[in-house]
Amino acid sequence: MKKLFMVLVLFILLLPSATWATKPVKIGMVTTLSTKAGYLGEEVRDGFKLAIAQEDGKLGGVPVELLVEDDGRDPGKAKQIADRFMKRDDVKIMTGLIFSNVAIAVVPKVVRSEVLYISPNAGPSALAGKGCNKNYFNVAYQNDNLDEVVGKYVNEAGFKNVYLLAPNYPAGKDHLAGFKRYYKGAIAGEVYTKLGQSDYAPEIAALRAAKPDGVFFFLPGGMGINFIKQFSQAGLNKTIPVFGPAFSFDERLLGAVGAAALGVKNGSQWTHDLDVPANRQFVAAFREAYGRTPTLYASQGYDAARLIGSALKSVEGDVSKLDALRAALRKADFESVRGEFAFAANQHPVQNLYIREVVEDGAGGYTNKTLKAVFTAHSNAYVDACKMD
Amino acid sequence: MSCTTYGHPGNGVPFYVLMLLIIEQILNGLQLGVTLFLMSAGLTLIFGIMQVINLAHGSFYMIGAYVGATVTARSGSFLLGLLAALLAAALVGMLVEAIVLRRLYKKDHVDQVLATFGLIMFFNELTRIVWGRQPLFMDVPAWLSGAVEIIPGIPYPSYRIAVIGVGLLVALFLYLMFAHTRIGMQIRAGASNREMAGALGINIKLIYTLVFGLGTLLAGLAGMMAGPILAVEAGMGESILILTFVVIVIGGIGSVRGAFVGALLVGMVDTLGRAFMPAFFRLFLPIAHADGVAASIASMSIYILMAIILVWRPKGLLPAHA
Repeated sequence: MKKLFMVLVLFILLLPSATWATKPVKIGMVTTLSTKAGYLGEEVRDGFKLAIAQEDGKLGGVPVELLVEDDGRDPGKAKQIADRFMKRDDVKIMTGLIFSNVAIAVVPKVVRSEVLYISPNAGPSALAGKGCNKNYFNVAYQNDNLDEVVGKYVNEAGFKNVYLLAPNYPAGKDHLAGFKRYYKGAIAGEVYTKLGQSDYAPEIAALRAAKPDGVFFFLPGGMGINFIKQFSQAGLNKTIPVFGPAFSFDERLLGAVGAAALGVKNGSQWTHDLDVPANRQFVAAFREAYGRTPTLYASQGYDAARLIGSALKSVEGDVSKLDALRAALRKADFESVRGEFAFAANQHPVQNLYIREVVEDGAGGYTNKTLKAVFTAHSNAYVDACKMD
Repeated sequence: MSCTTYGHPGNGVPFYVLMLLIIEQILNGLQLGVTLFLMSAGLTLIFGIMQVINLAHGSFYMIGAYVGATVTARSGSFLLGLLAALLAAALVGMLVEAIVLRRLYKKDHVDQVLATFGLIMFFNELTRIVWGRQPLFMDVPAWLSGAVEIIPGIPYPSYRIAVIGVGLLVALFLYLMFAHTRIGMQIRAGASNREMAGALGINIKLIYTLVFGLGTLLAGLAGMMAGPILAVEAGMGESILILTFVVIVIGGIGSVRGAFVGALLVGMVDTLGRAFMPAFFRLFLPIAHADGVAASIASMSIYILMAIILVWRPKGLLPAHA
């Protein structure tokens, strides 16, 4: 009996040290996989997983374990999951949030707990300006970036009277503000619709009566599909050019919109046709692994993983060296699928922003084609408001 | 920026243009109204006759849209898609009635709400498993893709006119069925007194299943017709479900006539509010404020309407057992 006891004690004592050497670094991914917007989280997760799979379960040569949980687009639920990751799983690196309102609820507590958070999508102004934090990195964009690029393009193209449309919630107003920062012409109308609205016939009739020379809209997800389909059914797509950020024109939404989106110019930081070696490799590998063309969200998930990999490599997988890990992240020493990539002082990207056009992909579907870089090495409007210690 | 650079109705627009716009917006309101009617007719029937609160009614709308979109894409025929959508919605509806709801008739409303809420989640997840997470594509059939100038100068999409036509036909059909056929009479008898109707030899169980199937068939029809206009996606039923409940509360629970009046009223108020509220508020507010205030008031308008009607007529406009 005593012998058995001794063996057990020995076993228990040996267990942690025995597993220590091979224990992978845990990365907590809180993302949106259910609800209508579930495909966004799926893209980010699949991009992230691809980077891990390409290194056979490692990032930057360090074995990692990815914990994925669905937040159901619910800030409360996302907070619980983040808490569980930190307390139960002792996670030191987190990522994955899709929605800005969820990020604003979750990120401050995470970064205060000395856990690094790398955003693969949500980039609300609140976390870029006054609320910036040394433990918060955004590898995708500041939310307004994709509107700024369209604003500048529309302005340069000589549009003088543009009609604006967005849902009536904080992000809707932020996105229109981003557009207006670089667009200098008159505004034919600025309409805020109900969040989640499905029928846009009244707005479209009012829009036609206002006779604008262009339309800019921010209507993410299903709202955008509804609007574009109805806009084209009203016959307006032949007379009034449509612009918007990439959020309504990713390759998966285009499948649901069909020909109605043809010719729409939209702003993005990345497209699958960017001629960068890292990107060609990524797009080919993603198509091979999942049988579909990656969207910008997948590229962001992939970049997030590779950024984390570059930092893990520099500390050789020892995530207790938080300062060194953070410093390594700040260097952004990885090959981004976007080509040139650096972090601004508020740890948001400095990158090129492009205008692209929806075209036929030659196989009966629709896709985006990059037209030109409107901004090169563009930062964001909130850098100066960020005072990081 | 001066006021005239804003081209909104009411601000420096000639009168006849404004009139045309109002007519166009009334058509839009009518179209939203008949879509809501198709949804609420089924829901109100089920509630009025079977006394079951069916939160999952939106799921049958979604099933109609998904099956319709898939069959249309595979076969290339919109009519075949329509047929499949109707059959699928009705069949799944009758199955759900036989498997789940039949156990709930004698139970509390809370149990019914919980069970049918569970069904919503079940069906949303099922569509994700079967069709994946991205929305489906569905286009207007070629023979309805044009626009008709019923108002000179303003082409109105023929598809939307077809939707209005179908909705009105269904209303007529329901009226004739309930008022002038034997089955309609049996359904009404079952609604007023289940036991007595049963004692007179009416197969109440069968009637309930048929009524439920008819209700879900109408929801499937609404979903199929919404497919080419809206995004076909998991959870699409919930956004219309709330409006549907507003309609049946306004119209009087259990009354198909009430649902018709309520649906048109809600469709008009919602559409016209959204269309003309901004112009109205610009008369006395700075433009930047006016748009924000108008957007908020417009999205509240149908709930305000519901509140007023409930104060005036607590049982709705045309209650079933008046």
